[in-house]
Amino acid sequence: MPEAPFEPRIVAFLCRWCAGAGADLAGTSRIAYPSNAIPIRVNCSGRVEPEWVMEAFRSGADGVLIGGCHPGDCHYVSGNYKTRRRIYLLKKLLGELGIAPERVRLEWVSATEGAKFARVMKEFVAELKELGPLAVDRGPSSVDRDPLTVEARRETRVGA
Amino acid sequence: MSREPLTMDRHPLSVSPNPSAVDRDPSSVNRSPSAVDRRPSSATDHGPRTTDHGFRSTDHGLRTTGQGPRIGVFVCHCGKNIATTVDVERVVEALASYPGVAYAARHEYMCSDPGQDVIKKAIKEHRLTGVVISACSPSMHETTFRNAAEEAGLNPYLVEIANIREWCSWVHNDAVTTDKAIRITRAMVEKVKGNHPLVPVEVDHAVKCLVVGGGISGIQAALDIANAGYEVLLVERSPSIGGRMAQLSETFPTLDCSQCILTPKMVEASRHPRIRLLTYSEVAEVAGYLGNYHVVIRKKPTYVDPDKCNLCGDCVAVCPIRVPSGFDQGLSERAAIYVPFPQAVPSSYTLDEVNCLGLNPLRCSECSKVCTVGAINYDMREELVEEDVGAIVLATGYDLYGKEMMGEYGHGTVPDVIEGLEFERILSAGGPTKGEVRRPSDGKIPKEVVFIQCSGSRDPELHKSYCSKICCMYTAKHALLYRHNVHDGTAYVFYIDIRAGGKEYEEFVVRAMEDERILYLRGKVAKVFRDGDKVMVWGVDTLTGKRIEIAADLVVLAQAMVPSAGTEELARKLHIACGGEGFLKEAHPKLRPLEALTAGIFLAGAAHGPKDIPEAVAQGSGAAAKAIAILAAPTLTHSPEVAEVDEDLCSGCAVCVPQCPYSAITPGDVAHVNELLCEGCGTCVAACPSGAMRMKNQTDAQVKRMIQVALGAEPVEVGRA
Repeated sequence: MPEAPFEPRIVAFLCRWCAGAGADLAGTSRIAYPSNAIPIRVNCSGRVEPEWVMEAFRSGADGVLIGGCHPGDCHYVSGNYKTRRRIYLLKKLLGELGIAPERVRLEWVSATEGAKFARVMKEFVAELKELGPLAVDRGPSSVDRDPLTVEARRETRVGA
Repeated sequence: MSREPLTMDRHPLSVSPNPSAVDRDPSSVNRSPSAVDRRPSSATDHGPRTTDHGFRSTDHGLRTTGQGPRIGVFVCHCGKNIATTVDVERVVEALASYPGVAYAARHEYMCSDPGQDVIKKAIKEHRLTGVVISACSPSMHETTFRNAAEEAGLNPYLVEIANIREWCSWVHNDAVTTDKAIRITRAMVEKVKGNHPLVPVEVDHAVKCLVVGGGISGIQAALDIANAGYEVLLVERSPSIGGRMAQLSETFPTLDCSQCILTPKMVEASRHPRIRLLTYSEVAEVAGYLGNYHVVIRKKPTYVDPDKCNLCGDCVAVCPIRVPSGFDQGLSERAAIYVPFPQAVPSSYTLDEVNCLGLNPLRCSECSKVCTVGAINYDMREELVEEDVGAIVLATGYDLYGKEMMGEYGHGTVPDVIEGLEFERILSAGGPTKGEVRRPSDGKIPKEVVFIQCSGSRDPELHKSYCSKICCMYTAKHALLYRHNVHDGTAYVFYIDIRAGGKEYEEFVVRAMEDERILYLRGKVAKVFRDGDKVMVWGVDTLTGKRIEIAADLVVLAQAMVPSAGTEELARKLHIACGGEGFLKEAHPKLRPLEALTAGIFLAGAAHGPKDIPEAVAQGSGAAAKAIAILAAPTLTHSPEVAEVDEDLCSGCAVCVPQCPYSAITPGDVAHVNELLCEGCGTCVAACPSGAMRMKNQTDAQVKRMIQVALGAEPVEVGRA
């Protein structure tokens, strides 16, 4: 359907204690927001590997949202600070690769901020619509490669 | 109930280092189930729908034979909650034909007993190796479904919840809502394919409880826990326990003397052999987790030895300092060395170092000179008390919304505009006026008193949007007690509406209105200003539409309740959430109102939201019962979903070590994770440069498959290149 309006595809990594619970609250409060994002729950935003973001872009995402606890409120003490550093670096790298860094969005959403979660989703979708579809050579999936490389590494090490 | 050990053995990732080889080998040992597996493709069993709303997959015969995953997917209608916006039947169809799915079904209410039976039956009949429940948030029913699966012989960690209600059906209503539900569910199927059966780790725990806050709620919690046979550490910030209730004159609706009903509990708490009282103390640090919290309490020096002090009061007489008394809300003065109120517990003086001339014999030392028992010790130092506790109850109470915020009501500029707690002190027999109603400015008995309700509450534009809940009641009480005190006085109450929802509350307000002839005026006050020695109150009676002007002698504001100062800081130390208004956030507003989201931390009293005394007491008891459940358990279980090291891949670089907030990783030739300390955040996993650190049941490969499936890339079976 080439004439259909562009709907960005988003993967949202939500920590279970804050952003995920905030998304739950948006649900219980019936605060509607666009359905573009497929959420994936993680324990902590600190679990989110930059590689996952790349995997999402490779798999067709136009944007990636990472939702964590507000600074100082991380359920795991400091995971969100680590996320912040990693995502900062990742965004620099994305710029180098010709991917607009705004396609990755890091947001702090507390368990009580259902309305904020919905607002963030709306804003992000609108922003990605402005940016348009991500047009890059996505290359082969890393999952297809990873088991082999890991196996190969294991063999090298065990054999050595 | 027969268990099926095969589920574990046949788990796709746990079986064989080379699953594809096994798949290809028809003579492989574990082929026996294949005969049954072929059954769904037989003509009779092939109908699109079975009576229990179940679908049999039609195109997965090859994939589910032998070693492949056999996932069951169960989609919930949740009545209309999910089914209104998500086409549940379509989700079931889309999942039934999804690789690795051996069975898909739907049910009106999956969490109901019949719904759970559908799951249990399918686990047994279809020998499922994993289950995905597509329903509400995992915070609701993850435990329900995992338990149900366990009853049917499936390891509970092979069950995952796809949240298609809070994250989908409740927030979307468009053409792709169903598509999103399918994607969420499929992604979860991919996760379950990679899950391993896990066994929770048994952990010993401390059998002591920390209660923070010595108001009525905290006292009640401490007493209940101690009476159940467990040690309690009761920490109170001020020099005495008692909290706000100690400041009140009478309590509504019975008009009991507040202190008279409170002080027996204070004494009981202080004398209880299992309660250790730490007053003038604050929580400095909290570390650890459910059952094993390590807390550090900072006990500030009082410079008075409570064992020696005999409360003679000679020190107060000679102290040259006078500062406003906090207990009397600034309506009286106290010395730098003081007892907050006569019934204070512990009954000992406290020398307030901020206002003292210098804790130094060269500067003053008058108190020390007159103390015949030698109780005053300027060398007393701050003490750090460290304890291991199994559970924590937070009962840190409330403050009144800052009066400086109420400029429109003349608070701060008009001396005879006071707030509810000040009026409580004026009404109290032990208060600054010995219970006689006299106004602060000139000590005159006020003949016209205006009470303003919702001062700072229910005013989203300027102040707090919420209702402070107790003000209607205590204002009625104030007006009534005022009339009892000043028989020829007139009391006016400005209100928005009366909220008297409590046992015998409505009757009390009616009594105030009808029997005590208090004039209730429905409307807001526009302006309060000084005119000579009068306080002019301009307002509107919205029932008659008339403008009201009252030349009052005293105005009492029913100020909004806010969490006590430091609540947010404490919440931060405990890594629990505060709501938008700063009150402690409960795990679930309806079903888990006593618990913080962090296991082992419980909430009581007004720190959690505006509450009256019976509610605060009830919540204190409730939180105590929750804490006792932890303390009484022989052992606690620790989630097995933690990080682990693949020793073949670990290079010992120790990048992970500083990532861990719990010091759970020991460096070495290869890193080692202490699974009791690991809380499963996964920060180390994300940091590991060699892929050696793995999160159990949330590996990189699993998440990447979830990402691909969420975005609609062609599915590939886990474990195959």
